[in-house]
Amino acid sequence: MSDVSPWVILIASIFTSNILLTNFLGMCSFLACSRQVGTAIGLGTAVIFVMVCTTAINWCIYTHVLLPLGIEHLWFIVAIAVIAAFVQFVEMFVERFSPRLYHALGIFLPLITVNCAILGASLLMITRHYNFLQSTAFGFGGGLGWMLAIVLIAGLRQKMTYSDVPKPFKGVAIVMIITGIMAMIFMGFAGMAKI
Amino acid sequence: MVFFWSILVLVLLVVGLAVLLTVAESVLINYGICTIDVNAGERSLEVEGGQSLLSGLIESKIFIPSACGGRGTCGFCKIEILSGGGPMLPTETPFISRSERRDGVRLACQVKIREDINVRIPEELLNVKLFTSTVKSTTTLTGDIKEIRFSLIEPAEILSRPGQYVQVQAPSPDGPVFRAYSISSATYETNEVELVVRLIPGGVGSTYLHNLEVGDTVEFTGPYGEFIFDEDPETELICVGGGAGMAPMKNIIFSMYEQQPDRTCWLFFGCRAKADIFYLEMYEELARKHPNFHVIYGLSEPKDDDDWTGETGFIHLSLDKMIEPDGGKRQAFLCGPPPMIDAVTQVLQAKGLEDNRIFYDEF
Repeated sequence: MSDVSPWVILIASIFTSNILLTNFLGMCSFLACSRQVGTAIGLGTAVIFVMVCTTAINWCIYTHVLLPLGIEHLWFIVAIAVIAAFVQFVEMFVERFSPRLYHALGIFLPLITVNCAILGASLLMITRHYNFLQSTAFGFGGGLGWMLAIVLIAGLRQKMTYSDVPKPFKGVAIVMIITGIMAMIFMGFAGMAKI
Repeated sequence: MVFFWSILVLVLLVVGLAVLLTVAESVLINYGICTIDVNAGERSLEVEGGQSLLSGLIESKIFIPSACGGRGTCGFCKIEILSGGGPMLPTETPFISRSERRDGVRLACQVKIREDINVRIPEELLNVKLFTSTVKSTTTLTGDIKEIRFSLIEPAEILSRPGQYVQVQAPSPDGPVFRAYSISSATYETNEVELVVRLIPGGVGSTYLHNLEVGDTVEFTGPYGEFIFDEDPETELICVGGGAGMAPMKNIIFSMYEQQPDRTCWLFFGCRAKADIFYLEMYEELARKHPNFHVIYGLSEPKDDDDWTGETGFIHLSLDKMIEPDGGKRQAFLCGPPPMIDAVTQVLQAKGLEDNRIFYDEF
C-alpha cells in the first residue's frame, strides 16, 4: 500500500506527473479536440467526470469483488465495461444539457471510452496499490491535469492561427512539437513528489 | 469455482450497467410531448419530443423541402424559429447567412425538439401536400433522359405556379429520401404531373424514376419554389436551357401561351449532338401557332453525320447573337449546369437585364 497523502497525489497528478504530458496517455482526442478553448474545456470536464467516477467504481469492484473472489484476470474487461457505460451516461447528459457541446465534440464524446488516459488511471491506481481515497484523488487529479494540458494547448493553437507556421510543420506536426516542449517543462518538476 | 465467479460477476456487471443506462435514458432523453406553434397561433401541433423538428413537422403533414433525408447536407429545410430551438449547431452554419441568422433561420432537420417551439412557416409551404399518384406513361426522350407522367390519385388536383417543383419520395437503403424535380407539365393540367429526368449513374432518385413502369405508385410532395412569373403581357420572356434542363421552361412556356397567346418568348436550348435533341418538333409546332414564340436549339459538338443546319457552339453565344441589347422589359429563366448558367447570366447582364430579373435552376 502506498502511503502518499491523497492531497499530494492530487497535486502531483495535475502538475508534476500529468497523465498526458508524462505518460502520453489520451493523445488522440488531445490532438483532435484542441482547436478551441471552449471545446477543450467541455471535453476536459467530461474526462474529469468520467475519470473520477470510473476510478472510484473500478477501485470498489476490484478490491471488494475481484480480489476476494480471486478473479483479477477479469480486471481489464470489467474496467473497460464500467468506463464504456459511464461514457454512454455522460453522452446522454451532455446531449440533454448542452447540445452545442454535444455537436462540437462529435465523435470524440463516445470516444472517451477508448481514451487511454481513463483506462490508464484505472490500471495505474491498481499497480500503484492506492487505497480508495488515493485512487479517487488520482482520478480527479489525473482528469484535471488532462484538462489543464488540453486547455493550454487549445489556447496556444488558437493564438497560432495568426502565426506564420512553416509549411512542413503545419497542422498536427507543430502541435506535437509544442506538446513535447510542454511535456519537458512539466517533467522539470517530476522529482518533487513521487506518487 | 473461479469460472463460476468470473461468469457471475461479468453477467451481474453487464446487467447492472444496462439497467443503469436504461433508467438514465428514460429520465434524460425523455422530453415528453412538445408543442410546435406555427405562425403565432395559426396552428398548434403536439409532437413527440426528442425527434428532429423536420420529422415532427412531416408527421403533422407540414412538408418542408428536404433533399438529403435529414442529414444536414442539402440546406433545403430552412425555417424561421422564433423561440425554443436551442443554439445553432456547427452542422448548420455553412448554410445560414449572417442576415438569416439574425432572423432565426435554422435547418429544421438539425433542430431537435426539446421544448415548446415557435416557428414561422411561409403560407405556401403550409399548402404543400403529399400526393399519391400512379405512373401514366414513360417516354424515352434521348439516351438518358425520360419523360415520366403521373396521374394524381389523392389529392386529385395540384395547384401550382409555373416553374415550381415537387419532391419525389424514392426508396434507398437508408430509408426513403426525397429528391427535387421541376414540374414540366403546364399548370392548367391540374390532375397530372410530368417530370423530365436525366439518369445519373448511381443517383438514388433518377434510378428509381427511370425504372418505374406504367401503373406503379409514386408519392411526392409539392409544389415548392419561389419563382414568380411576370404576368405583364409586355414583358419578353427569355428561357435558356442546356442538357436535361428543360422541365421548368416547358411548364412556363405552355402555361403562358394558354393564357397569353401573343406574348414574346425566346427559348434557347443547348445540346451536344443531334441525338441529344428532344421536344424540338413540339416547340416548332407551338411556334407555328404563336408567331411571337422563337425556338432556337444549338449543338455544341455536332457529329459529322448530324446534318444540322441550325446554330452550333455554346448556347450563350447564340443568345448573344440573337437578343437585342436593352430590348425593353424582360424576364429570364435559366436551367442547366452551373457553367452554362454563369455564361448565360453574363450575356444577359450585358444585354441590360438586372439580377432580379434572372432566375435559374442549377444542377
